[in-house]
Amino acid sequence: MIKNITIGQYIPGQSLLHRADPRVKIILMIIYMVDLFAVVNSYYTYAAFLIFTLMVIVSSDIPVSYTLRGIKPILFIVIFTAIINIFTTEGKPVFEAGFVHITYEGLDMAAKMAIRLSLMVIGGSLLTLTTTPIMLTDGIEKLMSPLKKIKVPVHEIAMMMTIALRFIPTLMDETEKIMKAQSARGADFDTGSLIQRARSFIPVLVPLFISAFRRADELATAMEARCYRGSAGRTRMRQLRVGFPDFVLVAVMAVFTTGLVFLEYYI
Amino acid sequence: MDSKIIKAENVKYEYKSYNDEKQNVRAVDGISLEVEKGQFIVVIGRNGSGKSTFARLLNALLIPLEGVVYIKGMDTRDNENLWEIRRTAGMVFQNPDNQIIGTTVEEDIAFGPENLGVAPGEIRKRVDDALAAVNIFELKKDAPHLLSGGQKQRVAIAGVLAMKPECIILDEATSMLDPVGRREVMKILKKLNKEDGITVIHITHYMDEAYSADRVIIIDSGRIIIDGPPKKVFCQVERIKSLGLDVPQVTELFYELRKMGYNLPADVLSVDEAYEALLGAIRGKRL
Repeated sequence: MIKNITIGQYIPGQSLLHRADPRVKIILMIIYMVDLFAVVNSYYTYAAFLIFTLMVIVSSDIPVSYTLRGIKPILFIVIFTAIINIFTTEGKPVFEAGFVHITYEGLDMAAKMAIRLSLMVIGGSLLTLTTTPIMLTDGIEKLMSPLKKIKVPVHEIAMMMTIALRFIPTLMDETEKIMKAQSARGADFDTGSLIQRARSFIPVLVPLFISAFRRADELATAMEARCYRGSAGRTRMRQLRVGFPDFVLVAVMAVFTTGLVFLEYYI
Repeated sequence: MDSKIIKAENVKYEYKSYNDEKQNVRAVDGISLEVEKGQFIVVIGRNGSGKSTFARLLNALLIPLEGVVYIKGMDTRDNENLWEIRRTAGMVFQNPDNQIIGTTVEEDIAFGPENLGVAPGEIRKRVDDALAAVNIFELKKDAPHLLSGGQKQRVAIAGVLAMKPECIILDEATSMLDPVGRREVMKILKKLNKEDGITVIHITHYMDEAYSADRVIIIDSGRIIIDGPPKKVFCQVERIKSLGLDVPQVTELFYELRKMGYNLPADVLSVDEAYEALLGAIRGKRL
């Protein structure tokens, strides 16, 4: 059950998207989102956007089903916003019965909002599917580094993210071990009401927390022993470099965005 | 230059007790020690004998309460020497899981040199060299949690090697490993000691890891009890047993045989030596 949780589900590959610099990818992703929420409005642009997204997925060598899987966890939110939009938007009525009234505008909004949210998640998962978590962290650290000027501990945040990523699998294994140990002592995790089940996790969480703190303590000692002293004077083995794949991606995105704006406002 | 890589003078250390009724715990109680460059030293002691504390004093993770520790002539009390001391005397800890920082093997090995501010190209080279030195080159892209215990400890050793240390201190680094993992780690340590002249201080409670050392030190209640070459140390079977420690199995066998009146050497430590000695004795009798 625990094994199913994957964070930063990276799929190795050699596509342009895989080889591009994480910083460039993050910025392009932000532009993609801005396009989606600020530019796209008519059905033409929605169609164009959908086709573009599909083309990007195909070019990334990642199975389409994988990108669609990202929608599943937010399906509830998508449906919920759609329903709210259907019933609360004022406009030309399609159907009326008592206090329920559905409008054209409501249906229109609901469809658009659902597509927007889904595309947003698909776009986001394309980023995590083609970028290793560690590259992503590196990219975020580099992009946020101007914030150091206003005393944001950028390096520390990135280091915390790295350590968290490193320890997720370790702590997963540990959780499983503790659950087995508690089951062997007669603990029951699978029956009873929601509250009972939540309560049955206390004997798992307490040892897990204690061990996590012990690990943290030992890790801190080990880091000190290896001369860690924050970001001052620290270099990195892996240098991020903007190269050919990045130019291609930026060019494609620029052409697409221009086309999109043109399609939305001039046709 | 001084050939002593480590010099400790009457070092004392105690852990503060936060409970008023309890006394502070004196973990290290006057250890003096000199270590020549290039030696392979095994430190043995029971749990709570102060051996881990002593290791931490050598790496400036702890600063002595009394006495002085010099690493390559640098005083550990001087804050300016801190990073150079930790680079010179690298440390490998007991739990392999809790000392790997990187999400991939090579990432982790690069951690030390990155902290030292080494240039990126040079880090790459050092990482590759360290990977090759501990024989895990093919694992360099792997995630650490997928490795075996022995492999993880080799990653930890490589992480220290990438900082170009002159001395490696292993604080019970083999105690959580299976026999195969222990053998792997010992082999690497021997190689590093012989071929690269790295001083090794190996803290353990496995006696069989001690017999091939240059020098064995037995610590009990914060003091050095016995110090000398393994053959001189382990023939004191009675004394070692009285400290609650064991001697290597063959040494004990020979000790018992001698007690029964057989004329055998007392300083046999390895199985091969025992084989030779027994063969010699049996042949001698027959002839």
